[in-house]
Amino acid sequence: MITASNLNKKFGKLQALDNINLICRKGQTISLIGPNGSGKTTFIKCLLGMVVPDSGHITFNGHDIAGQWGYRSKIGYMPQIGRFPDNMTIAQVFDMLKDIRKKDTTTTDEELSHAFQLDRIMHKRMHTLSGGTRQKVGACLAFLFDPEVLILDEPTAGLDPLSSEILKEKIRKEKEKGKLILITSHVLSELDDIVSEVIYLEDGTMKFHKSIEQLKKDTGEERLAGAIARVMRTTKETNSQPKEHE
Amino acid sequence: MNKIIKYIISDIVRNKIVLAYTLFLLAISLTVFNLEDNSAKGILSLLNVILIIVPLVSIVFATIYMYNAAEFIELLVSQPLKRTSLLLSVFSGLAISLLLAFLVGAGLPVLIYSPWRIGLAMITVGMGLTLVFVSLAILASVITRDKAKGMGISILLWFYFSLIYDGIVLFILFQFSDYPLEKASIAFSSLNPIDLGRIVILLKLDVSAMMGYTGAVFKDFFGGRWGTIYSSCIILVWIGAPLSLAIRRFNRKDL
Repeated sequence: MITASNLNKKFGKLQALDNINLICRKGQTISLIGPNGSGKTTFIKCLLGMVVPDSGHITFNGHDIAGQWGYRSKIGYMPQIGRFPDNMTIAQVFDMLKDIRKKDTTTTDEELSHAFQLDRIMHKRMHTLSGGTRQKVGACLAFLFDPEVLILDEPTAGLDPLSSEILKEKIRKEKEKGKLILITSHVLSELDDIVSEVIYLEDGTMKFHKSIEQLKKDTGEERLAGAIARVMRTTKETNSQPKEHE
Repeated sequence: MNKIIKYIISDIVRNKIVLAYTLFLLAISLTVFNLEDNSAKGILSLLNVILIIVPLVSIVFATIYMYNAAEFIELLVSQPLKRTSLLLSVFSGLAISLLLAFLVGAGLPVLIYSPWRIGLAMITVGMGLTLVFVSLAILASVITRDKAKGMGISILLWFYFSLIYDGIVLFILFQFSDYPLEKASIAFSSLNPIDLGRIVILLKLDVSAMMGYTGAVFKDFFGGRWGTIYSSCIILVWIGAPLSLAIRRFNRKDL
């Protein structure tokens, strides 16, 4: 469904993405894992066309996305830090996006905003909201149009345990529907039961792309967190020994 | 696209600054016309105010708005929208609201006190300058991510077109006063939309006789129908060129 080939992106001297090749298929739930600054968010932004790659191609359903925009109606995106127009109310933001995407979908999925009880604070302006509440608004917007692909950047990072449980329940539900879901997260234990594939990024390069069973088998760890920790440790050792890393 | 324009205009209208700008223009134009018994004198005084205020407010307000709308633009870029039409919508929203403010603030009094060709020329020049400077503001804010830098570029551009440019032209004219520079001064005037606006209005006021031989050349060139067409085209280029540069830049920008 989504393929990336030879994707490169530089920010100044920093190589944010270094020759990334990957294929994501419908029905997969993929976790993008990697240390801070490994290029996870940059990759996601490339998928959405927010960051323009220096070279390489991304295709969505077989079509190159460079310069395209229509494909984004099939994607729901929840940003890491929800940045919204300050002086609009939650209701206005929802209405505006519904207005813009109206022709693509007839029904909207407002289950999440009911579950988060956003209905009661619909009239509040965005700049008065706490970080966590903004996060909730971002999540609701991602699911609102029942998209085929969900891209969630650190979905549970700023949420309280109750809300993140609600969100995970929702992700699970969407997974059942056979959607492609891309999640980046640091809180590994949370992903254990949702994720089917793991992509590990480090310094802009893709270290591996494995199914979770394969990963557990290879590392001999039962839990995802343990498996990833083992991988991180080994890559660190191999990196620091042969060449000077700093 | 129209939907986005609608949201931007409703956002700007709620902003008190545009209202203040309208009232300010209204106060100035009414004062000027009531002070002078001759409406041509009124136009002349108003011209000088408008040539300073309209570009300044347009460029500064549009730049600030662009930076404040950064989140709005970021949110919409991840939606199924074309970037070009997104930026054009922001431009249109800004342009429409500033044009409305200008038309109510300065257009209405001019039409009431001086509803002739000269009044219409004045309104056209004011509208043209508004569009030119909104377009420059969009370019300045797309080029740099840093708000302070963007504001600096905007204010410098205004400063350049209002003051520095005239200084440079005067300097050149004095240095080369032994040579026939009448033709060159037409070219100079095309390089600055504010100067062009001033010349168009002054020629309509029939005070070109006071500008010496250069005035006669200007009268000859800008006075006729071709002169009007020429100056309109130049203003259109001044609106279109920065805007298309901004769009090209914006399409490749990382957000």
